[in-house]
Amino acid sequence: MTQVNRLAGGQVDRSKELSFKFDGKSYRGYQGDTLASALLANDVRLMGRSFKYHRPRGPLTSGSEEPNAIVELRSGARQEPNTRATTAELFDGLTAKSQNRWPSLAFDALAINDRLSNFLAAGFYYKTFMWPAVFWEKLYEPIIRKAAGLGSLSLQDDPDSYDKGFRHCDLLVIGSGPSGLMAALTAARAGAEVILADEDFLLGGRLNAETYAIGDEDARDWAAATVAELGAMSNVRIMPRTTVIGAFDHGIYGALERVSDHVAVPADGKPRQILWRIYTKQTILAAGATERPIAFEQNDRPGIMLASAMRAYVNRWAATPAHTVAIFTNNDDGHRTAHDLAAKGVTVAAVIDTRADALKSEHFEVIPGATITNTQGRLGLTVIEVTLSTGQTRSISCGALGVSGGWNPNVHLASHQRGRPTWMPEISAFGPGATLPEGMHAAGAAMGQLSTHGALQSGAAQALVALKAMGKEGARPDPPEAEDAPIRITPFWHVSGAKRAWLDQQNDVTAKDVKLAHQENFRSVEHLKRYTTLGMATDQGKTSNMGGLAIMAELAGKSIPEVGTTIFRPPYTPTAIGAFAGRSAGADFRPIRKTPSHFWAEEQGAVFVEVGMWLRTQWFPRPGETHWRQSVDREVAQTRKSVGICDVTTLGKIDVQGADAATFLNKIYCNPFAKVPIGKVRYGLMLREDGIAMDDGTAARLAEDHFVVTTTTANAVGVYRHMEFVRQCLFPDLDVQLISTTEAWAQFSVAGPNARNLLRKVVDEEHDISNEAFPYMGCGEISVGGVRGRLFRISFSGELAYEIAVPTRYGDALIRKMVAAGEEFDAVVYGTEALGVMRIEKGHAAGNELNGTTTALNLGMGRMVNKKKDSIGSTLSERPGLNEKDALKLVGLKPVDPADPVPAGAHLMTKGTPVDAAHDQGYVTSACFSPNLGCHIAIGYLKSGDARMGEVIRLVSPLTGVDHDVEVVSAHFIDPEGERLRV
Amino acid sequence: MIIDHPLLGPRDSAEFTYLGDASLIHRPDWEAKDAISQFAEYGYQRDNPAGTHRELWFHEQGDRSWLVVTRSTTTHEITQVELARDVARREGRST
Repeated sequence: MTQVNRLAGGQVDRSKELSFKFDGKSYRGYQGDTLASALLANDVRLMGRSFKYHRPRGPLTSGSEEPNAIVELRSGARQEPNTRATTAELFDGLTAKSQNRWPSLAFDALAINDRLSNFLAAGFYYKTFMWPAVFWEKLYEPIIRKAAGLGSLSLQDDPDSYDKGFRHCDLLVIGSGPSGLMAALTAARAGAEVILADEDFLLGGRLNAETYAIGDEDARDWAAATVAELGAMSNVRIMPRTTVIGAFDHGIYGALERVSDHVAVPADGKPRQILWRIYTKQTILAAGATERPIAFEQNDRPGIMLASAMRAYVNRWAATPAHTVAIFTNNDDGHRTAHDLAAKGVTVAAVIDTRADALKSEHFEVIPGATITNTQGRLGLTVIEVTLSTGQTRSISCGALGVSGGWNPNVHLASHQRGRPTWMPEISAFGPGATLPEGMHAAGAAMGQLSTHGALQSGAAQALVALKAMGKEGARPDPPEAEDAPIRITPFWHVSGAKRAWLDQQNDVTAKDVKLAHQENFRSVEHLKRYTTLGMATDQGKTSNMGGLAIMAELAGKSIPEVGTTIFRPPYTPTAIGAFAGRSAGADFRPIRKTPSHFWAEEQGAVFVEVGMWLRTQWFPRPGETHWRQSVDREVAQTRKSVGICDVTTLGKIDVQGADAATFLNKIYCNPFAKVPIGKVRYGLMLREDGIAMDDGTAARLAEDHFVVTTTTANAVGVYRHMEFVRQCLFPDLDVQLISTTEAWAQFSVAGPNARNLLRKVVDEEHDISNEAFPYMGCGEISVGGVRGRLFRISFSGELAYEIAVPTRYGDALIRKMVAAGEEFDAVVYGTEALGVMRIEKGHAAGNELNGTTTALNLGMGRMVNKKKDSIGSTLSERPGLNEKDALKLVGLKPVDPADPVPAGAHLMTKGTPVDAAHDQGYVTSACFSPNLGCHIAIGYLKSGDARMGEVIRLVSPLTGVDHDVEVVSAHFIDPEGERLRV
Repeated sequence: MIIDHPLLGPRDSAEFTYLGDASLIHRPDWEAKDAISQFAEYGYQRDNPAGTHRELWFHEQGDRSWLVVTRSTTTHEITQVELARDVARREGRST
């Protein structure tokens, strides 16, 4: 049985026969087929099961609006669920599986839901699974999860890549039907840069599905010739297989190009899909129209489809769903389908027209004033039951039924900027509203011009409007003669009395569900949608929304425009998450910043940690060390005993230059900077304007008009942004310039009693770095092997310490040179853990303490806020609320039992008071094991902490079961007098 | 969105970071008698108009200019873009 439903003609290439598999069975089709057209050609109408009732379903449409024929395409890692068979291009070796059925498509056990439909009506889940709460997690949810969903995922990584791209044009034409082609031609001939995008692989839109003529030519030939003319113009870019998925602000459009979906495996180096961002001055929305069905009893059997889809299958793909068909229509367009099918040799059993004044035909029987009141055929249509105008019924045998309820303009993109569609009574449908996205003009069927002649005319006319808007002149081309049939439609939405008349076939919403919603007072269209799930499936109700609205209006005794319509959001059709991610996946999710010592550290087997985008060394394990604490304790002990080196390049560095540099820093920092001598570094605390601490760091004055400011690693970007704000927006006339030099300098901390001895072997001899010449908080320009550098005598560890900087490209050489020079001192290189331990031992604040809620007062630096000058945050730092008598103060904490930990996040309570929020006394911010003290230590905030030294308080963390006593001590656990810094 | 940078021409809004109301340029006088309440007003009180809004954008992935962008919050239409420094000078921030 090969392609028994294949007819003559069509736009398939019969010289290229393709083989494919559906549910394990092999079939043959042709190049140019979709999966749906090829299956129909092979007499397969049953392609899927519905979401809720597991009803057998076949394709309703021939395009991207398809609700039913949804399959799993491909296998293995490339398995792709919920793919529309109506748009999947056939390729040799394609495999597809039906979904949402078990054990097989023809026999699905969960079809029992269909028998239970009386209990599973709209709102069933809301009403049923409400009580008791514990049942939800244990019982309801697992059951629902098992039954829910359509396709399945491969659960493997996607082997294909997805790209993003940017394109610019004068005019974007969305859709390549008659209006789109005419618009593109008009604009291109006027010299505009045009992009013509169409979701289909064959350009021409509906022209490929019709049989009439344009001028002297077959419409399809006219389309092909026009596409060829456009393709030959250098100012035109044609993008087939490209769906414009969203209209965004200022003429920016999102478009998905399916580069490799039509082949089994993407060609080498090609992405699977590209998400384009198209910048355009003007846009023509020529997206066409979608036919809508009529709801009647049992209208969802495989073989029942839109009349226009049936016509497209027969004309374009030469595939008929059956050899005997019938048509059910409320307008003249349904008759066109009957004509085309009859001309192709398909038997048209009858055209059932709801109108008494239906057209007459010599080629087939027309039954005027009649409706379809039932159908038969379990897995595919066999019989329709017609109720005649006389009230008598009549059964007609047929294998397929084309349904035509009129056409809805595809206004989706027109309402992406919240434009409301407006009712067009002449076509009984919603068209684009008065407010379109900036620069957009609708043309052709998308604006309700349903005749070919009207489409050609409006395409040209709208292109001229667009050209004029961009200041270009265009000549109106002479559109060729084409069919210009009047629209004759008598609205007819559903056959009354039907119990199971499907509106939304994917989500199984029936006319009855809409009635139930109305009965239960869900009367706004938005409520109707959410209560019944009408239009909420993957097809977003392209074929179903109007039917629901019409029934809603009827029940409410209102007109359809009074009831109104929901509007549309991007994307126009389902878009893979992979396309939005593009290359930002896995290891490339975001950039990785590597420090200058990274490669050296890798050689040492360093353990790295992500700090923002930076990768920093966390610790350096040595042979024999089996626990990270061993490595960290060693690094700390050795630094305090002799000398340690640490890469601190990641700290932000901002170069501040200009005659007003000191004045500027006086604004930025709460403490004074005007009188910092040249060659000196000062610690600075930056406040936010609300008085909360923002960041801290140092500013080194290298010259009268030159400072180098450091920031914490985490705040480098934000501090720079803030400083530019202060400079440009608040003090626009200060003579000061800023630039971030974080990446320009490799910087290392050298700390410990032997720090100077080590540096003497590194810094060129002519620079005197003795304690006298280069005292604590000194800074200056130096050189290292002739390479310019900077030296700052600052300490984060509490030891004699320096930070040495060289241009980044010498960073790797410098770490190697210092490690070699340090051998005689048994120097150690330490990571961020040891850095953290030493700063906690010294009581220095870091990100945990500068946490966005704390002030200079909390940090114990209240007196640093200079009251004699204006600086950012100084005024609001005086707010009473930030200066309560019992304000939090930074303290040190030591366990009473040295074996106890002091975990960060634990709260502090006065002994003997209840453990609750009302009695809370503060919390631990940073904690570590101190190898120097031999116990855990911590720093944290405690109410009136500075006045409670020596008090034993209770440390509690109910979450982790911690509850023991700690002693309040100075946060300066090591060298409180700071003697080591100055030696 | 596209922001028509006064120095660089039209740029995609993805290159910018957003701060908020351009009234932040009008930082109060710290020596005023009611400085604390003026600063509280400055720091916390914002109009939230449905319509025209003057706001600060920072060209972080670009030339690091702060801009004052006049944008409709309902349509995103941008009617004016100026360098914040020019606005600050014009509005009395010159020293």
